[in-house]
Amino acid sequence: MVYRDKEYEVPAGMTVRDALKKVGLQPETTLAVHEGKLLTDDTILREGMQLKLVAVISGGGAV
Amino acid sequence: MKCRKCGEKAVINMRQHKLALCETHFLDWVPEQTQRFIEKYAMFTPEDKILVAISGGKDSLSLWDILIRLGYQADGLYIGLGIDGGVGYSDESHRLSQKFADERGLHLRVVEVEENYGATIPELAVISNRGRDKPCSVCGLSKRYIMNRAAYDGGYNVLATGHNLDDEAAVLMQNTLHWAGGYLVRQAPVLAATHSGLARKVKPLCRFYEREMAAYAIVRGIEYIYDECPHAVGSTTIYYKEILNQLEEKSPGSKLQFYLSFLQAKEQGLFAPQSVEVELHACDKCGQPTSAPGECSFCRMWEKVRVVKGGRLPVEVLSPMSEV
Repeated sequence: MVYRDKEYEVPAGMTVRDALKKVGLQPETTLAVHEGKLLTDDTILREGMQLKLVAVISGGGAV
Repeated sequence: MKCRKCGEKAVINMRQHKLALCETHFLDWVPEQTQRFIEKYAMFTPEDKILVAISGGKDSLSLWDILIRLGYQADGLYIGLGIDGGVGYSDESHRLSQKFADERGLHLRVVEVEENYGATIPELAVISNRGRDKPCSVCGLSKRYIMNRAAYDGGYNVLATGHNLDDEAAVLMQNTLHWAGGYLVRQAPVLAATHSGLARKVKPLCRFYEREMAAYAIVRGIEYIYDECPHAVGSTTIYYKEILNQLEEKSPGSKLQFYLSFLQAKEQGLFAPQSVEVELHACDKCGQPTSAPGECSFCRMWEKVRVVKGGRLPVEVLSPMSEV
């Protein structure tokens, strides 16, 4: 999984939700994208899957 | 997880609504809900001329996309703040905003702060001696002024911003912790134009979670700036959002309930009407409404820039915006 240029490896068989928690990310604030498609957080990760993680929080005064 | 409407593979699960949707139905659901909020809070009608404040981020670009899909007349306003932060932040957000507009044949108005007023926002923070390390306060003041003025000068009767529920809940939490009554009274999905020089301000995304807006941008293929404003790192808004998301994790719907209960309590008279109405008058220099005597705080702030950097001010009341 790649999040802001950092790479994380998690075991296959975990859900997206558990994988995010395992690497210290909040599932509420992170979206998982696989091959351009969004994944729901109950998706079970398979061997070799590469996920892009997208942070959804922005700060300051939104325009 | 399956889409509740068609049984296809879902791309998002919104635990607060107990609703999972596939790409197609999520892309239908977001504009449908937006239209519902526009009507519920009487934000605007198809006859209104809307100016959407565009930052190049997921919320503002998605808002513009949704309003156009719903058939509203909406132009964009991009304010070039001159923030680099080592990542060319303003240049990149401008590029993405322009690309979005060009690809859809939309009209993006552009106001470059340095070109129009004589300094970038980070320079302004130093010169005005207001938040040297964090220009957020001068940035907020400048953006509010420029947005209002651009809407008014451009003949738009509605100014729409992309504030989502997480933005609103974070501000609400901050103001509640400080019992900031004045701010709490004014926080709402619609701020009416109470003075002839003020634009009506609306927040059509105020009931969507930030997560949903990011998901909408991704599924819709909107290219937006992922990088945070370099000056927002470590901001109190982000801190409050993280706390609210911890609550949300344990109890789905907490953020939504917090905000909606607040709006309901206001409707039911939780807050007494303000005994003293703030008197507004035209700024001596620029003509915009202000509660300050003489010149407005925006003009006073930029006067310091004029003194330091030379005679590029005062600006005309109806200063031309560079248009593309």
